[in-house]
Amino acid sequence: MLYREAGQFKTNYFADQAVFPIRQDRIGVAIILLLAFVAIPLYGSNFLLQAVVIPFLIYSLASIGLNLLTGYTGLLSLGTGAFMGVGAYACYKLTSLFPGVNILIWMICSGFVAAAVGVVFGLPSLRIKGFYLAIATLAAQFFLQWCFVRIPWLVNYNVSNAIEVPQRMLGDIVITGPNASLHTRYFTVLIIVVAMTWIASNIVHGRIGRMWMAVRDQDIAAELMGIRLLRTKLLAFAVSSFYCGVAGAMLVFLWYGGAEAETFNINQSFFVLFMVIIGGLGSLLGSYLGAALIFGLPILLRLLPDALGVPMHSATIEHMSFLIVGGLIIIFLIVEPHGLARLWQITKQKLRVWPFPY
Amino acid sequence: MRAPSSPSEIAAGDVLLAAENISLSFGGVKALTGVSFDIRKGEIRAIIGPNGAGKTSMLNVINGFYQADHGTITFKGVRRGKMRPYEAAEFGIARTFQNVALFRGMSTLDNLMAGRTLKMRRSFFWHILRHGPALQEEVEHRRKVEEIIDFLEIPHIRRVPVGRLPYGLQKRVELGRALAMEPELLLLDEPMAGMNLEEKEDMCRYIIDVNNHFGTTIALIEHDMGVVMDLSDRVVVLDYGRKIADGAPNQVKQDQAVIDAYLGVAH
Repeated sequence: MLYREAGQFKTNYFADQAVFPIRQDRIGVAIILLLAFVAIPLYGSNFLLQAVVIPFLIYSLASIGLNLLTGYTGLLSLGTGAFMGVGAYACYKLTSLFPGVNILIWMICSGFVAAAVGVVFGLPSLRIKGFYLAIATLAAQFFLQWCFVRIPWLVNYNVSNAIEVPQRMLGDIVITGPNASLHTRYFTVLIIVVAMTWIASNIVHGRIGRMWMAVRDQDIAAELMGIRLLRTKLLAFAVSSFYCGVAGAMLVFLWYGGAEAETFNINQSFFVLFMVIIGGLGSLLGSYLGAALIFGLPILLRLLPDALGVPMHSATIEHMSFLIVGGLIIIFLIVEPHGLARLWQITKQKLRVWPFPY
Repeated sequence: MRAPSSPSEIAAGDVLLAAENISLSFGGVKALTGVSFDIRKGEIRAIIGPNGAGKTSMLNVINGFYQADHGTITFKGVRRGKMRPYEAAEFGIARTFQNVALFRGMSTLDNLMAGRTLKMRRSFFWHILRHGPALQEEVEHRRKVEEIIDFLEIPHIRRVPVGRLPYGLQKRVELGRALAMEPELLLLDEPMAGMNLEEKEDMCRYIIDVNNHFGTTIALIEHDMGVVMDLSDRVVVLDYGRKIADGAPNQVKQDQAVIDAYLGVAH
């Protein structure tokens, strides 16, 4: 009863082609945005912002990036971590070479650098797909990580061999570096993530998104319909790597404050891939849900014993949270192999017809 | 994207596509040997033959999925040797598949909209914004697609992911997706395979309507002889990769070579 579109008539195709054609969805999105822009910064603790929300948003963006490639275009990639690294290192290099240019511009530009690298490593995708492509992207992961370690030019010959985020301003406001306030960083991340999600949603709802999905579902039929496979796949690689690159730059500049090559290792790739799979392949909402489950849940679980007043050794808590999250992943995948996003769709359908079964 | 070169307009009844001396082999297996035939504008042309005769291979050569070893295809007066599938699509050749090859994860509407990809011109940057020209274009094409949805009587499944549809409807959606390309030549690979009588009759009606209303030239492969004889204007018969007969349905039906190919003959 709550979620029912009866009585919402669309009288033209503009309304019907809208991204959120149903009023309740629009209200829901508005509420979420209100929470993110007003409630969380006003009432959220520093811990919540620094340890939960900022990284959650950044990982959501990375998994949107991977979802565009794996979920929408059907190209499995294990190079996400490396592409995030390209973004981070590119941003560091660019802002060191041209400190006068605003850091926000460089964050976006570092996405373009990652996109270019992504296209190069996407070239094999014309010939191979599935697990074989995953192995080819694994090459990207290892090669790029090797570059991060072995090319000191990338970190300006720092002795630590790590990125040390410099202080950068926008007007009078410090955005990056040790002196940047938590709320500034939060809003910067939030605005970039919201804007890029909006763009991703525009892309997947239009011609480009349909081309990607066509290639995913039936590449031969797609080609016979005039879709050029190589171009389409490379575009997917470019856009996906762009998103990962920006996420990587934000990860270092707006969250960690510094990073070495190990940050962008294969575990990072798997981490994001799990988010995409658990969240739901081919769903932007799923990227958020996956990031929330994989990244957010362990943190909540670790806080739980303290909140309940149960005395527990921190190592035990750590192990328990691993166990529980692992178990939940298995349960979710058994209940709904298509991920949390599909679960949400089913729930919506149930809400539509409630209190009747169908 | 490159617009297809605009050849001279072809009047109804003239040759739209001519295949000359087409040969195709896979390793040592000869799929087609010196096949020549033509398709005239506005007609329904059937390609028949026993299993393995090379019918689907012939369609694959016509729309560029296979490259013929020898021979040429002349389409709309333009003679071509090698051609990529997307070029064939740009030239106005669309097709359906023997085994339904829909985009299973997408809705009926999106499948048909995907069929109009080639007609959409707005650049990536407008699509990022999904505003102004890009949205305008989207809506224009939506209107066209809705016409096809109405024509095929599938408005009730507009939003259903096609993977969930029954087989008969999937075939119809696939026809719709090909029609969405507004092709000049429509290749149908066994449009009625696996259908029951009622679905077959529906499909026949759609094929005739497509031919009449849109003036689309149709080349179809079909095993149901009743359907072939009733629908088609001319029939070409293949057997073991060679053309054994060509002509009006009645004429072909009485051809001794065709009867032998279908019934078998004592050697």
